[in-house]
Amino acid sequence: GSSLEPEEHSMEPPAAPEEELPLTEASGPAGCQLFGYVGIEAVLDQMKIKTMKMGFEFNIMVVGQSGLGKSTMVNTLFKSKVSRKASQPGQEERIPKTVQLQSVTHVIEEKGVKMKLTVTDTPGFGDQINNENCWDPIIKYINEQYERYLREEILITRKRKIPDTRVHGCVYFVPPTGHWLRPLDLEFMRRLSKIVNVVPVIAKADTLTLEERAEFKQRVRASSREAPGVPRVLPRPQLKPCILQIQADLKTHAISVYPQEDFDLDPDDRALNDRIREKIPFAVVGADQEHQVNGKRVLGRKTKWGIIEVENPAHCEFPLLRDLLIRSHLQDLKDITHNVHYESYRVRRLNESNRP
Amino acid sequence: QNDGYRTLSLSGHVGFGSLPDQLVKKSIKQGFCFNILCIGETGSGKSTLINSLFNTTFDDPVSSHFLPRVQLRAQTYELQEGNVLLKLTIVNTVGFGDQINKEDSYQPIVDYIDAQFEAYLQEELKIRRSLFSYHDTRIHVCLYFISPTGHSLKTLDLLAMKSLDSKVNIIPVIGKADSISKTELQKFKNKIMSELVSNGVQIYQFPTDDETISKINSTMNGHLPFAVVGSTEEVRIGNKMVRARQYPWGIVQVENENHCDFVKLREMLICTNMEDLREQTHARHYELYRRCRLEEMGFRDVGPENKPVSLQETYQAKRHEFYLELQRKEEEIRQQFVQRVREKEAILKEAEQKVHTKYEQHMLMLQEVKMKLEKKRKVLEDEIAMFIEKKANVEVLQSQASVSTPPVSVKKDKDRKKYVRC
Repeated sequence: GSSLEPEEHSMEPPAAPEEELPLTEASGPAGCQLFGYVGIEAVLDQMKIKTMKMGFEFNIMVVGQSGLGKSTMVNTLFKSKVSRKASQPGQEERIPKTVQLQSVTHVIEEKGVKMKLTVTDTPGFGDQINNENCWDPIIKYINEQYERYLREEILITRKRKIPDTRVHGCVYFVPPTGHWLRPLDLEFMRRLSKIVNVVPVIAKADTLTLEERAEFKQRVRASSREAPGVPRVLPRPQLKPCILQIQADLKTHAISVYPQEDFDLDPDDRALNDRIREKIPFAVVGADQEHQVNGKRVLGRKTKWGIIEVENPAHCEFPLLRDLLIRSHLQDLKDITHNVHYESYRVRRLNESNRP
Repeated sequence: QNDGYRTLSLSGHVGFGSLPDQLVKKSIKQGFCFNILCIGETGSGKSTLINSLFNTTFDDPVSSHFLPRVQLRAQTYELQEGNVLLKLTIVNTVGFGDQINKEDSYQPIVDYIDAQFEAYLQEELKIRRSLFSYHDTRIHVCLYFISPTGHSLKTLDLLAMKSLDSKVNIIPVIGKADSISKTELQKFKNKIMSELVSNGVQIYQFPTDDETISKINSTMNGHLPFAVVGSTEEVRIGNKMVRARQYPWGIVQVENENHCDFVKLREMLICTNMEDLREQTHARHYELYRRCRLEEMGFRDVGPENKPVSLQETYQAKRHEFYLELQRKEEEIRQQFVQRVREKEAILKEAEQKVHTKYEQHMLMLQEVKMKLEKKRKVLEDEIAMFIEKKANVEVLQSQASVSTPPVSVKKDKDRKKYVRC
C-alpha cells in the first residue's frame, strides 16, 4: 500500500542529472527533477497485481527422435506428469508413419501465479528411413498458430485478451551421437530458427560422456540409448570440444538459436545472453524418479555406478536449461515470439494477400 | 477460470513464480507512458495542480483570456523515481470557456483525442509496424476542472463531459477548492454527482474487482469529485516546509487531508490506478474507436450470408481502396498538368501571334518606305535626264554662239558654271 503522508525519501537523482529545459514548440521530452516522493513507483505493484490476476500462457514444443527422453525432460522441467511417457519398458513402441503433433494443455500454479502450459510433442520426427521434409508438419503447425492469432487480431470486434497458442519455444533434442550436428539437425534448425525460438539441447548427456571418454578422438555414432553409463556426466572441460563443434556448425550454417544475438536490447542484455550463448547447447539428463542421496530426496537417474542427480549442476546442465526456459527468460521467449516472429509472419501474410 | 483444462499439482519448486518479476523488469526497461489531459477554464488552477501532483515545476507559460478558439498544448516530460522512468505528457486546453460563443469549445478536444487514437490505429494497421517502440500519445485520463462556484455544473461542463465520456476516462475535480466552505462543499459535490448521473455522463470509476484495492477504491469513488488545491509555494509548518497557500486568516495545506482532497487524487491517479487507467484507455476506449473507424472504412467481420470475411478479402478491399485513391490522385495531378500545359501553350501562341503581327507591320512599313524611295529616285532620275538634255541643248547653242560672239563667253561661262552647279 502507499502512504498518505509525503515520505522523506532521499531522491537519488537520475544517473545524468536532467536539467529543466526551456520549452520550445517542438521540443522532445524535457527531464524534470522531482522534489519529493510522488508514488510513480507504485505502478510496478499495480502491474504485478494485474498480471497475476490475468495469469500466463506458455506454449512449448519438443522435437527430436523417439527415445531421446523428451517426455521425461518436460516432466522434469515442470515437476509434474505433463506428458505421458512414450513407452513402458518392455512394450513395443509404435512409431507413427508420419510426424504427428500432439498438444496437451494443463494449468499449473505456483506462488499465486497461474500458468496455462501447453506442450506440443512431435512423435515420428526423424524416425523414418526417409526423413525428407519431416519438418513440414511442424512448420505448418507453428504457422497455423500465428494465423489463428492474426485472425483474432484483425477482427473488428475482438476479444480483450486474444488466446495465445503460438509456440514460444521449441526445444530441439540433439542425439548424443558425437561431435557434430547431422544433416537432419542442421536442416531442421535452419528452417525453424527463422520462425520460432529454437533451443537445442544434447539429450541423454550421460551417454554422451561415455562416447567422449572412450572414444575421444574417434567420431563414432552411438547406436544404443541404454549404453552402460558412468555415474557422472563429464565435467565441463571434456564436454567442451563437442559443444564447441556444435556451436561452430551453427555458425557456419548461419543458424541463429535462442537467445538470438540480433535481439539483445542493450549491453546488459548482451552480456547476460553472451554468457548463456557460450554454454549452448546444454547437455541434459532427464529424470522423474526420486531417489535418496545423502539423506535427501533428489530427482535423478539411477545407474549401476550411482545416481545422476538431475538438478546438480556438477552432474548435468539441466538446471541451466530450466533457468533459461522458466526462471529468467520465459517472458523474453514470449516477447521475441510476439514482437519478432509473429510480426514477420504477419508481414509475409499481409503482403501475399495483396498480390492480385 | 481454468477453461476446462486439467490442473496439475507440482511435486517441487519449478520457478515460474518469478514471472511477474520478469514482466516488471521488462516494463522497467521499456519505460512507462502516461498522458493527462487537463480541461478547465483559464485560471482554474490546472498547471498549479499538475506541478503539485508531480512535485516538480513544469515550465508552462501563463495563458491569456483572449484567444479566439480553444487550443490544445501538449508537452512531454521525463520523470524518474527509483528505477521507474515515466514519460509524462500533459495536454492543456488553452482558452477553454473564454470565448463569448462557446459552441465549439469542446470540439477541438474531441478532435485531439480522436487524432491520437487514429495515429495509433494507423500504426497498428501498417504492414511493417513497430508497436513495441511506439510512443503512445493516447490520453489515459482527463482531469476536468469544475469551477468552485458552489452551485452546480455549468452547461458547458455537461456538454463537454458528455461528448468525451465514451472516449476518455474522466475524473472530475473541483479546482481552487479553498474558496468553498466545508458545509457548502459536500452539498456542491452531491449536486454535481447527481447532475452527472441524471445527464448520463459516465465518469471513470475506480475499479473494485481486485480485493487488494477494492475497499479503498470504492471509498474514493464516494469522494468524487475531488476538491483540490494546488500550490507552487512552500510554507513552514512546524519544522517542515510544505506546499501551502498562505492567507491572512490562515494557511491551506495542500497535502493535509482535512484541508482538501489533493492527497486522495494523487493516491488514486498515480499510486493505485495508473495501470488501470492505461488499460481502460487501450482495451475499452481505443477498441471502441477502432471498431467505429473500421466500420466506417467499410470493413466487416461478417460478410453477406453471414460468412466470416476472410483476411484476404479484408486487406484486398483496403488495398483496392488505396489504389483507387492513388489513381484518383494521379488523375487529378495529371489533369492539372495538362491544364497547365494548355495554358502555357495558349500564352506562347498568343505571344507568337503578337510577334507575327509586329513582323507584318514592320514589313508593311518597309514596303511603304521602299516605294517612297522608289518614287523619289524616279523623280531624281527624271530630273537628271532633263538636266542632261538641257545641258546638251545648251552646249549645242554654245558651240553655235562661240563662232559669233566670244566676249560674252566669260559671263556665259560663269552662268554655265552657276547653272551646272545647281
